[in-house]
Order: sequence, then C-alpha cells, then structure tokens
Amino acid sequence: MTEQANDIDQETGIETTGHEWDGIKELNNPLPRWWLWCFYLTIIWGVGYTIAYPAWPLVSRATGGLLGYSTRGEVVEQIDAFETQNASLTTALTEVDLAVLDENPELQRFAISGGASVFRSHCSQCHGSGAAGGIGYPNLLDDDWLWGGTRDEIAYTVRHGIRNEVDPDAHWSEMPAYGQIFEREEIDDVVQHVLALSGQAHEAAMAERGAVLFADQCSACHGEDGRGNRDLGAPNLTDAIWLYGGDPTSLTYTVTNSRFGVMPPWSTRLTEAEVKAVAAYVHQLGGGE
Amino acid sequence: MSSSDPPPLYAAQEPIFPRRVSGFYRSLKWWIMGVTLGIYYLTPWIRWDRGPSLPDQAVLVDLANRRFYFFWIEIWPHEFYFVAGLLIMAGLGLFLFTSALGRVWCGYTCPQTVWTDLFILVERWIEGDRNARVRLREADWTARKWQLRLTKWTVWLLIAVATGGAWVFYFTDAPTLLRDLLTFEAHPVAYTTIAIMTGTTFLFGGFMREQVCIYMCPWPRIQGAMMDDHTLTVGYRDWRGEPRGKKHENTTGDCIDCMACVNVCPMGIDIRDGQQLECITCALCIDACDDVMEKIGKPRGLIDYLALSDEPLERAGQPPRPAWHHIFRVRTVLYTALWSLIGVGLVFALFVRADIELTVEPVRNPTFITLSDGSVRNVYNVRLRNKLGEPREFRMSLASDDILRIDVEGADTNVLTVDPDSTTLTRVYVTARPQDPASTEDRTDLRLWVEDVGSAERAYRDTVFNGRAG
Repeated sequence: MTEQANDIDQETGIETTGHEWDGIKELNNPLPRWWLWCFYLTIIWGVGYTIAYPAWPLVSRATGGLLGYSTRGEVVEQIDAFETQNASLTTALTEVDLAVLDENPELQRFAISGGASVFRSHCSQCHGSGAAGGIGYPNLLDDDWLWGGTRDEIAYTVRHGIRNEVDPDAHWSEMPAYGQIFEREEIDDVVQHVLALSGQAHEAAMAERGAVLFADQCSACHGEDGRGNRDLGAPNLTDAIWLYGGDPTSLTYTVTNSRFGVMPPWSTRLTEAEVKAVAAYVHQLGGGE
Repeated sequence: MSSSDPPPLYAAQEPIFPRRVSGFYRSLKWWIMGVTLGIYYLTPWIRWDRGPSLPDQAVLVDLANRRFYFFWIEIWPHEFYFVAGLLIMAGLGLFLFTSALGRVWCGYTCPQTVWTDLFILVERWIEGDRNARVRLREADWTARKWQLRLTKWTVWLLIAVATGGAWVFYFTDAPTLLRDLLTFEAHPVAYTTIAIMTGTTFLFGGFMREQVCIYMCPWPRIQGAMMDDHTLTVGYRDWRGEPRGKKHENTTGDCIDCMACVNVCPMGIDIRDGQQLECITCALCIDACDDVMEKIGKPRGLIDYLALSDEPLERAGQPPRPAWHHIFRVRTVLYTALWSLIGVGLVFALFVRADIELTVEPVRNPTFITLSDGSVRNVYNVRLRNKLGEPREFRMSLASDDILRIDVEGADTNVLTVDPDSTTLTRVYVTARPQDPASTEDRTDLRLWVEDVGSAERAYRDTVFNGRAG
C-alpha cells in the first residue's frame, strides 16, 4: 500500500485501495462482519478436523485421528457388508447341485457374475480374458471338452486340476512320445490317417498304412474311430478343434514328441462357492453340456 | 486527506425494516409466491398410477434405484441428457429474461427472495409494520419483546422445518416417509437433510436475507454482463423528480422526498441513486412511489421499468419507446430461438424414444469361435430393457432370408423374458455352417431383430459377423 490509499472514487465517494489495473481501481469497501466470523469458524473446524481425522505426518506414520477413520477400513467395511448381504446366496451356492442350477435363476445369476470375477482373477492368465485360450490352453467357448463340459465336470476339473503332483484326484493321462516308438515314415503315415479322420486333405495310401498303426497304438485312448475318450482326456481327432494345431507339421510334432498341458488344483485357493461359481460361468460361455 | 482514519475493515449488517406496500407488482409477487411455494410443497403428494411394481408418486427422484419419474415420463440414468437439456434450457431462459428484463429472476422467483418475502410477511403479522419493528428493535428486552421474538422465531422455524421436510419427499415415497419421520423410523440421511435445510432456511430467510444476494450469490455479477442499454430495469426518472423537495415548494421536481421507495426496499437501498449491485428489481419501490404520486396528483411512473437507451429521449421531453421495442431484439429473439430449438429437440427425443430399448454389442474377444463341426460362431452381448410395470417376452431372430442360425444362451427357444423395470444382458450366438460363405468371409453384415411377443412390436440393430479371416 502506498500513500495513494486515500484516493476517493468520484462516482461513489468511496475510498479506493490505491491500486490501478488498466485504468480500473478497486473500491475499498469493508467486508461484512459475518464473513469474518465464518473465516474464524473454518479455522476452528480445520483444527477439529485434524484432531478427528488422520492428518499430521509423523516419522513412521501420520496421526490416526480420534475417530479412527481410514479409507482402507471403509473398504473392508463395505466388503464385509456385501458379504453379509450375500451370505445366504453364498451358502446356497456351496450346497447347490450344479446339475439343476438353472432351476434357480437368482442363484444362477449370482453364480455367473461371481464366477466371471473369479475367472478374471485366476483363470484368464492361461485361458485368456475372453476364455478363448490359445495354443496348448483349451478354448472354453467352443463345444468340445477334453474332460467333460457339464457344470459338475467343469467344477471337478477346476477343483482338482490336471496332471499336477499336488492333488491325488487330479485328471491324469500321458501320451507317449512316438518318436521313440515309430519310425519317421510310420509317424508320417499316422499323421496322414489323422488328417483323413478330420476330413482334411491327405495321401490315401499313407493314411491306409497309418490306419493300421493307429488301430494298434492310438485307438486305446483316442478310440477306434478317433473320437477320443473323455475319461482319459484323449481329444477327439475327427473334429475341427485342435489344441496344438491340426496341420501336418503340428500333428507330426505332437505325435513325435507328445504334448499335454497341466492345470493347478484350485480347491486349495478358492472356496467351494467360488469353484461352483466359476464352473457356472464357464458353462454359460457357449459350450456348456 | 490523510487526516481521516482508514476505513473500517469490517462492517456490521445494517438492519432493514421493509414497510408494507400494495400495488400491481406487490399483487403479482403474492401470486408468484403462492404458486411457487404451492408447487414446492405439494408436488411430492401428487399420485400417478404406474402399475403394481413401480412407485405411484408423480414426481420422484429415486436415487437408490436410479430412476427419475415425472408424471408419464420415466428417465433412466443413460437418458440423463434429458436433464442436461433441461438445465441448458434453464440457463438460456435465464439469459433471455435477464437481457430483456434484468434481474427479474432475482426479484420475483428466486427461492431466496420468495422465502425472505414469506419470512418478512410473518414478521409483519407478529411484530407489526416498519415503525413498530424499528421501535421493537430499540426497545429493552421486556417480556413482551421476548414473547414477540419467540413467536416469530417459532413460526419461522416451523416454515423452515416444512421446507426441509418437503425437500426429502421428492426422493422417496412421500406418505411412507412422512409416517417413518413421525415415528422416528426414517433413515438418518432424511433427518440430516431436513436438519440442514431447516437450518439454512431459518438463517437465510430470517437473518441473512439481502446479505445472501449481495455477498454470497454469484448470479448478480454474471447478470451484469448480460444486460445492455435496452434491458428494462427498475429506475428513477431523475429528470422528472429532481430537484427533490417538500411539496408546495415551487422550485422542486416531482419527487417529494417522502422516502416511501427507500422504506419498502427489502435490500435497503435508495433507487434514486441509480442502478446498483444490490437491486434485485423486485419493483416494490414502483408500487410505493405510484401510490404517493397518485395522492399528490402527479402522473405515475416516477420510479418505473426503464431502459437506459430511452434516457436521452426522455430528457429531451419525448415519450419513451414502447416496451416491446426493447424486448424484441436480435439478442432476445436468438435466445428464444435457441431455447425453443432445444425444447423442441427434447420433446421430439422424448416422443421418438423406442418402446423396445436394445443394444447389441459384438464380442470381440475372440472375434470368432470354431465349433467341432467346423462351424463359425460369433457371440453378441444383447441388452434388453423393459421399462414397463409387467414382464415382457422378446423373440430374437435374424432377417428371414438369412441362412445363419441364431441361438440364445440357456434357452431352447429364442424367446427371453425381461423382468419389469429391469435390464437383462444375454449372450446371443450366431452360427455359420462351414459351407456358408459367412464362415470364411472376413465380415458379413447382419441384422438382429427383436420382437415383443405380446405386442408384436419389432426393433432391429445392425451389426457384423466375423468369419475365419483369410
């Protein structure tokens, strides 16, 4: 402030602050007193707030506040509240017979939406967020299943897993590596037969020789007609779905070296309700049986 | 100049005791007060039958279920653009009225003005008119003063409680909530809201009054930018009134300096000083002055709705231009046109709202699925919305000549039932056999039809079918 502070505005007769911006001067009107009281009130409020709520940073953590509030605590409360709210549904889901789940639409909706979230957290790493799988990881959207596609069969697979050392009830089967059993030409013949089984272009003469080898070596698991065996997780070789590729090169590699995947048992990490929920979710992706 | 003390930093509120006045504008304001307060207090109690599973309150903002009901209109959250449109219309409407008639919103319809008017009315009934109130303020705190003050505060408080109470009725079923409120079973949020609204109504209407308009409200500053020389505002014809003085003094103008205009002013200003920030153009000074002018046998309109652009004309002794000349200008016509355009657009949008609301979202993760027989399947997330009070059945189909097959997840028929007042999300499959061109073509156009089984109404969405690429 300069000595010009006593400059009087002609229009209003009120003193200006003496400052001038592009020819505009500010009148020095007094503030209303209640405004000052509000200002003091906000200061008192602010002090009270820092006492009631976490505020002042200390060496290892901030002051906790008398109300003991924390945002994490609030989230925990909300999650607890939701779980309490859903407790009866969760119990019902734990006990439900999955085969007749669709007789209870409310429980089915609950299972599917819960299962979707279980799937995204635990399954999508291998099977993909859209459940389309990839080479070596089964596509869960199609109508072909290695170990069965009813809700109960899916739940069993989720619960115990496949070819793992942890769960004695895990699905288990192993295809031998025929590179150590067959000659190179024999492998080529078997591959031609498999191409014939699935209706693809093939060498008829080779396929005929391969059929003999197939009946002898492969049909025990894949079946005489090549339609596979779900008890053994042996894939159907006559359809259009291939876990490791259905072209001659891929088939040759598979027959020579053998290929199979593993899956961990999820009963150790998921609750029974979560297992059933994810089974219900996978079942309604399009291939459920 | 340096001899004077520096101006005070803070000023106490100057008490204002508006005198009773009658006249055209006062009557108009009583009517507007009656209508606006009536709308506010009574609207939640209007009933509107929507069937058994929907609320029967005509105007209801159902936050818990995310619905807004307005008589026959029901708005869901995804239709919030209707509310946005209404807000834009409200904004443009304010622009229009401000550029034509100045702070007419402030003077007649602003809740702060309406409730303050009501509180002043109560004050006058209990404590008497201006002179009695001035005397009462100066008086010692006798039993009579306590009695008058406490009566006044009690009535104010009752109005304030009714105001806060009416507010919460807009958000849940009014009769139920009233019963719960009276039996102390209502949700704490309801009581808290009523308490806050009661407190602010009591404080703002009873004590803060003009302080709210002068210091808290941003609108007067914005309005200043919207007025121009043609805007009709309340003004004083100083060329007619000055020099002011007592009657029978021959040298004076029409103003007899009776202070009637100052005494009735709820903002505590003297309109004869010209347009000022505090003036809310409530026009009560016009009524007061006209009354006096009639009594002394002078023409009315010493204080009147004036346009600044008429001042040179009037000073030169010519009559002012007619009001329509100031009101119908390019600016106001443009505002009206914009306002109407949005209004017509909203009404149009409201009437063409589809009865079948449906979205079809093609699932792109993955783009297609190969089935065991070599068929190609695409998945579509179909959302169907039923706004009616009873369940509806919808049949999904493709165009009749389409060779592709359509299936609905979990259903043998392609009919799905949507519960009343809800939305369903369903996975719908479209399958192309290996021999169909669509199974190998990159993209095939597709039209999904939905038919209301009950009413046979149909709707469709166009989408795309992805084949095995390449």
